[in-house]
Amino acid sequence: MKTFVDIHDVTHVYARAEDGVPAVENLNIRIQEGEFAAIVGPSGCGKSTLMKLATGLQFPRKGTVIVDGKQVGAPVKLAGMAFQNPTMLPWRTTLDNILLPLEIVQPHRSRLRKHKAEYVAKAEALLAQVGLKGQGHKYPWQLSGGMQQRASLCRALIHEPKLLMLDEPFGALDTFTREELWCVIRDLHAAQGVTVILVTHDLREAAFLADRIFCMSARPGRIVAEREVEFPRPRDLEITYTPEFSALVHELRGRIAQARMAA
Amino acid sequence: MSTKRQLALAPWIFTVGFFALWEIVCRVLDVSSFILPAPSTILEAIWDYRNQLAYHAMHTLWMTIAGFGLAVVFGLLLGMALGASRLINAGTYPLLVGFNSIPKVAVVPILVFWFGVGWVPPVMTAFLISFFPIVVNVATGISTVEPEMEDVLRALGASKRDIIMKVGLPRAMPYFFGSLKVAITLAYVGSVIGEQNASNVGIGNLLTRASAAFEVPLVWAALVVLAVLGVIMYVITALIEQSMTGWAQRSQMANA
Repeated sequence: MKTFVDIHDVTHVYARAEDGVPAVENLNIRIQEGEFAAIVGPSGCGKSTLMKLATGLQFPRKGTVIVDGKQVGAPVKLAGMAFQNPTMLPWRTTLDNILLPLEIVQPHRSRLRKHKAEYVAKAEALLAQVGLKGQGHKYPWQLSGGMQQRASLCRALIHEPKLLMLDEPFGALDTFTREELWCVIRDLHAAQGVTVILVTHDLREAAFLADRIFCMSARPGRIVAEREVEFPRPRDLEITYTPEFSALVHELRGRIAQARMAA
Repeated sequence: MSTKRQLALAPWIFTVGFFALWEIVCRVLDVSSFILPAPSTILEAIWDYRNQLAYHAMHTLWMTIAGFGLAVVFGLLLGMALGASRLINAGTYPLLVGFNSIPKVAVVPILVFWFGVGWVPPVMTAFLISFFPIVVNVATGISTVEPEMEDVLRALGASKRDIIMKVGLPRAMPYFFGSLKVAITLAYVGSVIGEQNASNVGIGNLLTRASAAFEVPLVWAALVVLAVLGVIMYVITALIEQSMTGWAQRSQMANA
């Protein structure tokens, strides 16, 4: 296993931060290729900053960010992203929304027009994988919140990214839908072998999905704990009701409480 | 009667009621037609002067559409520039607001210095008065793209231009078509002002001449023709808006 994302001793201050307090400070994270990493922490701990650093949307004031063997100096182009807000474009059908990244990223951008059928087939296969078979012709506003979030995952994956960034993707959904989507993500990760970084508030979500969990401190964000999750894969939702799982969530909760106290 | 039918009939009933009330007031109080002609008198004047009115109205219509067309093209381009660049936005906003605050009737003499009396001043006045709402609305639509959406595309290596073409501009369309309804009525006002001061034809010019000659019913007839044409233009723009941006009326973005 080689290191895929290496954030080394990074300190970052936003240019528009009024108090000049760094969003993250002396941040160190190494994520292996194909690994499912979860980042948890109190709100405002710089989790989103970490995502922006890893995708090249922000560059660190100090330290280095290396993704896929290259130091990040521009948007990385190999990442797919999904957020709490599905941000579907309402004037495009779901299928056209999913194809959007292909209109941007090379080599698909120049191939898209000639090989449209091939890409549409791929998008439809993804839709089927997330349980939206045959719904591609609908407009986003004809879909429920959970369905839009599934489509948003398809959009994040259509260009076969090597890195999938999920920023609280299920935060706005009800518990049942959320658990359903955990399984969707679990299966997508297993099928595509993509490296995933999941930023979340939900400790059960982190414990169920991740190989490794990083706990961040309050602002300025640092990693205060790192925890391997040993449950064997494929994991079933049932494991979330085992004592071992509860113990893990309880332990994580303690660490977050500490991080909050320290703030 | 269902609420839906009531709603459909209401505009007609209120319009007819308004004119009926006007007619009654004029007759009962015996108002001189020099002060306020009754609708029947105005209608009669419209019929009597129908050829003249139609000729001048067509001219005004052309001036309005030409000025409006210029405003659409210019407004879209400037709106895109303002929406794309915070620098351009911050830099030009005071100028734009200042310019928009000038009553356009005060600009007409300058237009006459430059272009002489004819079709140019009305077209230019219509253009100058109507481009501002288009600029502001297009700029707003483009500059309020959700930051998450921008992150998704930028992380893929999208250029500023990509983001504007794929997201900003389509997203600005409901704002744009909304502003067209305002702009078309403003353009109308502009072309009439231009014609009143710097043209030999058009409803505006007809108004000037009729009022100078104290032909009161003709003045009122011209005003009514203007109002009717204004409503028609507005309805056409509203229909275009509906057919182009139907998605915005059902999606959540309409509330945002």
